[in-house]
Amino acid sequence: MKFLAQMFKLISINLKSVPARWGATLVIVVGLAGVVGVVTALQSMSTGMVATLRATGSADRAIVLRGGSNSELSSFFTRDQAIVIEQAPGVAKGDDGKPLASGELSLIAERPLRRSNTDSNVSLRGIGPAGFAIRPELQIVEGRSFKPGLQELIVGLKAREQFVGLDIGSAVQIRGSQWTVVGVFASNGDAHESEVLVDIETAQSAFRRNGYSSLLVKLADPSAFQAFKDSLTTDPRLQVDVQNEVEYFSSQSRSFTKTIGVLVSVVGVIMGLGAIFAALNTMYSAVAARTVEIATLRALGFGGGVVIAATVLEAMVLALIGGLIGAVGAYAFFNGYTVSTLGAGFTQVAFSFRVTPTLLINGLVLSLFVGFLGGFFPALRAARMQIAVALRAA
Amino acid sequence: MTTLVSIRGVAKRYTRGKQTVDVLQALDLDIASGDFLALMGPSGSGKTTLLNLIGGLDKPSAGEIIVDGKRIDQLSSGQLAKWRARHVGFVFQFYNLLPVLSAEANVELPLLLTSLNKAQRKKNVAAALAVVGLSDRATHKPSELSGGQQQRVAIARALVADPTLLVCDEPTGDLDRKTADEILTLLQALNRNHGKTIVMVTHDAKAAEYASHRLDMDKGALVSGVVA
Repeated sequence: MKFLAQMFKLISINLKSVPARWGATLVIVVGLAGVVGVVTALQSMSTGMVATLRATGSADRAIVLRGGSNSELSSFFTRDQAIVIEQAPGVAKGDDGKPLASGELSLIAERPLRRSNTDSNVSLRGIGPAGFAIRPELQIVEGRSFKPGLQELIVGLKAREQFVGLDIGSAVQIRGSQWTVVGVFASNGDAHESEVLVDIETAQSAFRRNGYSSLLVKLADPSAFQAFKDSLTTDPRLQVDVQNEVEYFSSQSRSFTKTIGVLVSVVGVIMGLGAIFAALNTMYSAVAARTVEIATLRALGFGGGVVIAATVLEAMVLALIGGLIGAVGAYAFFNGYTVSTLGAGFTQVAFSFRVTPTLLINGLVLSLFVGFLGGFFPALRAARMQIAVALRAA
Repeated sequence: MTTLVSIRGVAKRYTRGKQTVDVLQALDLDIASGDFLALMGPSGSGKTTLLNLIGGLDKPSAGEIIVDGKRIDQLSSGQLAKWRARHVGFVFQFYNLLPVLSAEANVELPLLLTSLNKAQRKKNVAAALAVVGLSDRATHKPSELSGGQQQRVAIARALVADPTLLVCDEPTGDLDRKTADEILTLLQALNRNHGKTIVMVTHDAKAAEYASHRLDMDKGALVSGVVA
């Protein structure tokens, strides 16, 4: 108890002296606010992207692509192959007894971005009635759905936010043909909300594609996936890759997550080192400015351990204040901020930064770590100073 | 009177690079309990070094120092810190008060090293401030006090834990004559009325007159002793 009481007294003395050395103290606080703010913002971007792609898909759905295709854009099936796939074991049947399978066409269309007014790629998906039945999360929130046979399209909420001219009633020129926006859909905020949907038959006809890019099937049960996959991958008529839909979309974010991870590490280490040196400099200055005070306290009988603990904790408190400012700033400025990036299929995937409690806690732990390192060595110097010599500095 | 401080064959040597400086050489000294001893001598004579050794702020290169029956030259740094907290009160030339704390908070500092609770600490702080005549300045910060008042606060801080020994290093060195006389009168009263043993280093012969004994030092050795 005595140790704690002494330590808290010393910390309170140290913190009370902060106003006398605002400049040096701000170096720690601002430095840590910057480090935690930047690192948290970068991580929240990665978390948001991953969350968006991971939210896309369901464990009881499987996606079939042509063997070796990384994404739907580079995949293609004939109608005959699609029929073989639909008949595989494990595929759920609809009320009408037909397999719940949706052959879909994935294409790229160019549209100007609202943000920069430069052309970018929006993902265009041809989808049939089965596609809606398999995806109950896909809901029309404004207008109506497209009618088969008409060149109508519906746009995802995020696609409408990101691109110019996708409001209901707008005429959109896509690959030489004109389409009309008739509705807006939501899809639980997942990656499909960055897409534009059209009727599959109309799309095949308009874009002269007599087949599908992918086939999405609803499984009778998530555990039926392996049997479904095995039957397709061993069928000599087919050369396909079969993935659980959740796994497919997770894998789409893998390289992005890796890139952001490297970026966060590099930026975090560089800024963290800078902050450690700033904290070291500040705390060495603080210890030097208080040489006589520390020596006096030591003369009165305060132990070296107490002096070390108080100096380290002072640095950690200041660093934590900086970390809190950075974390709150990152939350205020970036949480929910929507951006878009090129997804694996060279189309824009819109997602929101997510500053989660875990990221905030990580940021604060980082600031405490930097504060600890920044305070430890100056604290050691303070505790090791010879009292009789230090008292003469008065 | 019984011997409170016994110094036998004490030497202190400092090494700076290749140079060795003998500050104290084979020094013997006894200080009686209840004494008020003034150590005088020119700069570099070793009087402050001797004071630091008596107060447990430094360790001798050779010899033994016994205070109140305890051999302190063999204590570790941590043990010495605890020993100082219990047995020594320090008064410095420049007061060495913590500027961010009030007078009473400064005086309370040594009591944080004891097992006294908050109420007991408050009571002892009030008593110590009353002894030095500064009860009405308890909540003032050092910057709001005169030099003499600051030194009185420092004396209260030295007294508050009821130490065995008061160690004063040029306690009037930063004060004018009148204020210095007041401080010395206070120290004399503490010695005479409260039985405090005081060892004081001073350059000022007039200050030394307030002590009951005076010892002169030169080149690390005691050269004469005068009974005041």
